[in-house]
Amino acid sequence: MPDVNFIVDGQKLTAPAGTLLIDACKSAGIEIPAFCYYPGLSLQAACRMCVVRIEKQPKLATACTTTVAEGMVVHTENPEIAQARKATLQLLLGNHPLDCPVCDAGGECELQDMTFKYGAADSFYAEPKNHREEQKWSPVVYFDRPRCILCYRCVRMCGEGMDVFALGIQNRGSSSVIAPNVPAQLSPENIPNLDCEQCGMCIDACPVGALTSGTYRYKTRPWEMNHVATVCTHCGDGCKTTLGVRSVANGSEIVRGDNRDKSGINGDFLCNKGRYAFDFANNIERLTSPLMRKDGKLKPVSWEEALTFAGTRLRELRDQRGPQSIGVIGSNRLTNEENYLLQKFARSVIGTNNIDHHRTADFVTLAAALRGSSKRFASQHCVEKAPALLVIGGDPTTQAPLTAWNLRTNVRNKNARLYIANHADIKLRRQAKAAVTLDFAGYGAFADYLAGDDSTANAASPDTDALAKFRDALRAEEKLIIVLGNEVRGSTIARLVDTFPTSKFALLSDYVNSRGAADMGVMPDVLPGYQLVGAHAFVEEYKSPETPGLNLVEMFDAALARELAALYVVGSNPVARYNVDPATLANTFLIVQDLFLTETALLADVVFPASNLYEKSGSVTNSYGDVQLVSKAADKSGTRSDFELIVRLADKFGHEIKQLVPFGKGLRADMGQTRGAQSGEADRHSVWLTANNLEPKLSPFDPFAILDEIQRLVPGYDKLLRLQLLSGNDQHIAPSAGDLVQIANRNDLVLPSHDTLFTSGSLTRFSPQLQDVQRHQSREVADHLAAD
Amino acid sequence: MSAIASTIFSPELAARFDKLVTLYPLKRSALIPMLLYAQDEVGYVSDACVAEIAQRLDLLELDVRNVLSYYSMLRTVPAGKYNVQVCTNISCMLRGGFELLDHCKHKLGIGHKGVTPDGLFSLEEVECIGACCWAPAVQVNYDFHDDLTPAKMDVILESYRNGNGKPESVDKEAV
Amino acid sequence: MPKLVSHPDEVKVISRRFGTGAADIEKYIAQDGYKAVQMALENGPAWIIDTMKASGLRGRGGAGFPTGMKWSFVPKESAKPKYVLVNGDESEPGTCKDHVIFLHDPHAVIEGTMIAGLAIGAKMGFIYLRGEYRYLLNIVEKAVADAYAKGFLGKNIFGKEGVDFDIVTQTGAGAYEVGEESALMESLEGKRGVPRIKPPFPAVVGLYGGPTVINNAETIAAAPHILLMGGEAYAKLGSERNGGTRLFGISGHVERPGVYELPMGYSLRKAIYDVAGGIKDGKQLKAVVPGGSSCPVLKADEIDVGLDFDQMAKAGTMLGSGGIVVLDETVSIVEFALRTIRFYQHESCGWCIPCREGTDWLKKTLTRFHAGGGNKKDIDNIQYLAENMMGRTFCPLGDAAAMPTLGFIKKFRSEFEEYLEGKRVDHPLIQIQPIGEPDTIGAAH
Ligand SMILES: Cc1cc2nc3c(=O)[nH]c(=O)nc-3n(C[C@H](O)[C@H](O)[C@H](O)COP(=O)(O)O)c2cc1C
Ligand code: SF4
Ligand code: FES
Repeated sequence: MPDVNFIVDGQKLTAPAGTLLIDACKSAGIEIPAFCYYPGLSLQAACRMCVVRIEKQPKLATACTTTVAEGMVVHTENPEIAQARKATLQLLLGNHPLDCPVCDAGGECELQDMTFKYGAADSFYAEPKNHREEQKWSPVVYFDRPRCILCYRCVRMCGEGMDVFALGIQNRGSSSVIAPNVPAQLSPENIPNLDCEQCGMCIDACPVGALTSGTYRYKTRPWEMNHVATVCTHCGDGCKTTLGVRSVANGSEIVRGDNRDKSGINGDFLCNKGRYAFDFANNIERLTSPLMRKDGKLKPVSWEEALTFAGTRLRELRDQRGPQSIGVIGSNRLTNEENYLLQKFARSVIGTNNIDHHRTADFVTLAAALRGSSKRFASQHCVEKAPALLVIGGDPTTQAPLTAWNLRTNVRNKNARLYIANHADIKLRRQAKAAVTLDFAGYGAFADYLAGDDSTANAASPDTDALAKFRDALRAEEKLIIVLGNEVRGSTIARLVDTFPTSKFALLSDYVNSRGAADMGVMPDVLPGYQLVGAHAFVEEYKSPETPGLNLVEMFDAALARELAALYVVGSNPVARYNVDPATLANTFLIVQDLFLTETALLADVVFPASNLYEKSGSVTNSYGDVQLVSKAADKSGTRSDFELIVRLADKFGHEIKQLVPFGKGLRADMGQTRGAQSGEADRHSVWLTANNLEPKLSPFDPFAILDEIQRLVPGYDKLLRLQLLSGNDQHIAPSAGDLVQIANRNDLVLPSHDTLFTSGSLTRFSPQLQDVQRHQSREVADHLAAD
Repeated sequence: MSAIASTIFSPELAARFDKLVTLYPLKRSALIPMLLYAQDEVGYVSDACVAEIAQRLDLLELDVRNVLSYYSMLRTVPAGKYNVQVCTNISCMLRGGFELLDHCKHKLGIGHKGVTPDGLFSLEEVECIGACCWAPAVQVNYDFHDDLTPAKMDVILESYRNGNGKPESVDKEAV
Repeated sequence: MPKLVSHPDEVKVISRRFGTGAADIEKYIAQDGYKAVQMALENGPAWIIDTMKASGLRGRGGAGFPTGMKWSFVPKESAKPKYVLVNGDESEPGTCKDHVIFLHDPHAVIEGTMIAGLAIGAKMGFIYLRGEYRYLLNIVEKAVADAYAKGFLGKNIFGKEGVDFDIVTQTGAGAYEVGEESALMESLEGKRGVPRIKPPFPAVVGLYGGPTVINNAETIAAAPHILLMGGEAYAKLGSERNGGTRLFGISGHVERPGVYELPMGYSLRKAIYDVAGGIKDGKQLKAVVPGGSSCPVLKADEIDVGLDFDQMAKAGTMLGSGGIVVLDETVSIVEFALRTIRFYQHESCGWCIPCREGTDWLKKTLTRFHAGGGNKKDIDNIQYLAENMMGRTFCPLGDAAAMPTLGFIKKFRSEFEEYLEGKRVDHPLIQIQPIGEPDTIGAAH
């Protein structure tokens, strides 16, 4: 669109024709108030707060619906406009309960702010206000009708934004009310109910306190919390979530999760898990003391006792039975620094490549296939902006909600062309320009078909006509962003990469740092940055063995064969996840680091209580390779970060710490300041350091001490800008070492976690919120079945 | 055969609905007539009506409820067999609409939106029904009655009560 | 059945077939029926639009927009189908003129719809009647069926190859706001009757996204007559810039209330005193609401004004829908204002704040005032509320509520003040339950 010139409040402005006046003004720093306008959602012009005076027009105009035009002269603040806005506020406040002192939105309320600005506080109505009881629509969504100003943001957010359409508007005139999709008479408690994804986006969009969060309501005031922006621990999309934290006797507790500043990679979006499922962190079942098996039972012991015992026993076993008899298992929820440190611990402290983690996507093949072309790794931002996208496999709506949100928004607002190939009838088909149904086992055949092998058509899809049209449509696209579900693995990935040489790829994984764990080389056959075991730099630095170690499954096989003397499991629950018979580990010395007494921890000889992602700092890498800063929000006394625990264990093992964590060498390391809000640990560390005759200047527990090494040794991460990271901005990296080669007949060992919107692996059962929502939703489903 | 396997509506109405959805460029356009015709048959728009209409139009039940609750002629609870709607808007008010409403209230022993215990009558005060020049006017179900007085109203109510429907002429019989 | 009235001053154009049984297609045809549309078929769109422009016909729905001009705004080429939409939602209090057209001359509406369709290149028309007009809907539906049976509607109308026209009738279900043109389109599309953002205007993006002409039923019914008699001849019947005649509904305190067809520009005083027989029971005139309830009131001494759009505007009010409501000396303006605002409060669609909350507060304040709980400040507050609604709402309903309120307060302020002092006209105004609020029908069962 060509640019047009216009004047706002005497300022000469220019914007592309077709730009909404409200947006054009905002870009120029002129804020026009609005309740109903919400960028990206359909226009309402209902609140009439955005009125402005446009010269030569008879009436005040709404800036939210006016597009800029050449020569337009606009006034956004004058007595006439201020009066119009004031009158509108007076009308709203007439019925508004003004219970701001106890309202969750108090201090974060747009109505409050506007009233402050336009001084509409004088109430001249003698009539009583319409009172209505607050309603619990779901475990996480409460509705306070009198506070609602009917801006319809929630309705649009739910329908247009989420494609769920669980909220509507009922009645008319002053009786109008926002209504959820299960009417009172059809719900068990005889109050309206919400049958939806429980994402809470309606709450985020609500400018007032009409919709409030079940997990937060009446808990505290916004200004009494610290707000820490960090990354959600749950899925592979890596949304930024802002955690509201307040001090409690044993540390600091998370009381709220939301998308307060909307500055993250997720823009406006946050899902149910990112918003509410922080509560596992506050669970009373959290481990807060090290445990040691004594007389067959796990008993609380001191840190010194547990660490000394674990370290010396591990050393003994390594010395007696050799490094190859020891295994290490890392985690999808550890930071990059911790995973890097863990694999370094295995390779350089123990001296084994027996390291693995629960893999949820075949990143190794993707990296190998894209070798040398760093430009072909798609970022989450590509999904947000690209004009053409292809999704093969997966179901982003449930597995990667941000990806789904971006796809939908891109299609809705930018007319992106979305192509879907899937064996299941996934919901995103509603946004697709074209979709094709694949055979359950037809992904490989589909890739071959796309590559030009027509003989595989029947194996790929039951509908070969649709398949042919689909391929034609794809061929007409110049560049695609191709998002692969984790059904797509191994040679299928390689085939697709070759078939679409100008397209970018992404692979969906299941947890916050699934990609990071792979990037950091928590695998037996590849080193950090997907370099083959034996790669020169590492052999020199680590003095590590040059042959691949045992993978996760092989480790348990070895244990069964009494060949695994010790196993060190960090933040993972393989016993449950892989259905391991507890007897398998009977002859293995087992050290477990976790939040809870998981099935794996129950079998351990030593258990260390660890902190979770919300209680530490570092970085994580999402499915797409976008690296983000993790900031410490909460604190739980009695737990330690996994980073610290690995370092301490190495110390007790008798390893030279400076060789593991190059603190003291790094110039940019700090004393824990980067750890976030309630750090205070710098002092504690310094005490410990002095006691151990170490330089107190730098902490070996500081994850940033190892980031230098990661940047030095891991291809892709060398491009990371430290300042960007610390500012909370996401950066896209592509681990593209030039010498990557496809590993023949590699076993990808991908085990999808099959999490839904309401589950998150082992954390599910420790999150009352997720369980509440599950119960609520299963009841809704049951009701519907009963009704049919 | 109806488009819906087990319809809750009479075969005639089901057939009418089948046709109705084909008349418009978008079938959703049939929604408001369908709600009204369903109400005419069932007596009100029940949850079952909402469910079937949503199904017929490929809409969410929520969508149907959003629309249903907007229109003042549609109701979600039963009314009397004869729904007496008295207009009290300006033209009728000037010619005795309120007196007529009061009269109906006493006569039927019910208030606004009330239903007589025998379920025969319900009473509603309504907004202008487009009979201003023949005020005061009342609608009983869809029948218009113009130029009324309390005495004429009695004749009309009696006629419905006796199952005779709209009387041919009230002027003759009334005083 | 509503009584038909007549008066020698009437100029019967639209009403010329009233009372002749013209709902019967044969009788309609016998009285020049379906001639105009065949002329339109022969002479083409440009001729139709030129004739309509020459007629000076202005929309009878209320705003008085020139009809020929409206039709000419529809783009000739359009990727989407074009439509004609006839607004028979007639809900403005004081208005019942479309009622008699549907009752006595439904084919005129059908023929007019076809003419509008030919003018803009539409192949489909919708006739939307308010839900309360079920018996009229039945009449119109029968008329449409008869026209199909004759081959006037459907494929190749009047035997003309390739010229198709369909008409679908539609019913509302109780909502004044649906009379607003964009809300009407929403309603016809099966949605809540909430207006649309303008621009785009219906002539460009209307029903189902296609260019659409929306006209009041009377406007549409005038079209065949205009084509038959010629634009200029029709224009001459009326006053300057206000062509032809229109149906005026005169109601309230007059001796002979009814719907009369009078030339545009006819004297309001004569309409009340001559045509409608003067004030009922020999009482004095107090005030007149001249064009439906949303028009500002005229005092007894302000009725020497011609009934056309421009003269009424000059007099500080509006011609509106032509519903003249006459108030005699006994009427309490406070009560009348309350009844008026109760209507708008009940009918506000609820979309925008100034209208939804404004009508609600006006109603609450007036209710209390009327019940004897008022004070002087209320009068100012009522005026303040109405002033702050004017021109600020999403659609004209807010104005329609504010304008009469301001009129009452400005012209009868002293009566409001006297009311406070106890000179009251008491009347137990009954609450109409707001839409969707605890619906007590059937609660006893
Ligand atoms: C609140 C509101 C209610 C209206 N109701 C009606 C109505 O019942 N009938 C009608 O013809 N026009 C009504 N109108 C006017 C229509 O919006 C529209 O202007 C008219 O149908 C155009 O037709 P015309 O040009 O033939 O007058 C209403 C307008 C508003 C703002
Ligand atoms: S609940 Fe909030 S977002 Fe939704 S309409 Fe009410 S005020 Fe707006
Ligand atoms: S933002 Fe423009 S009317 Fe609400």
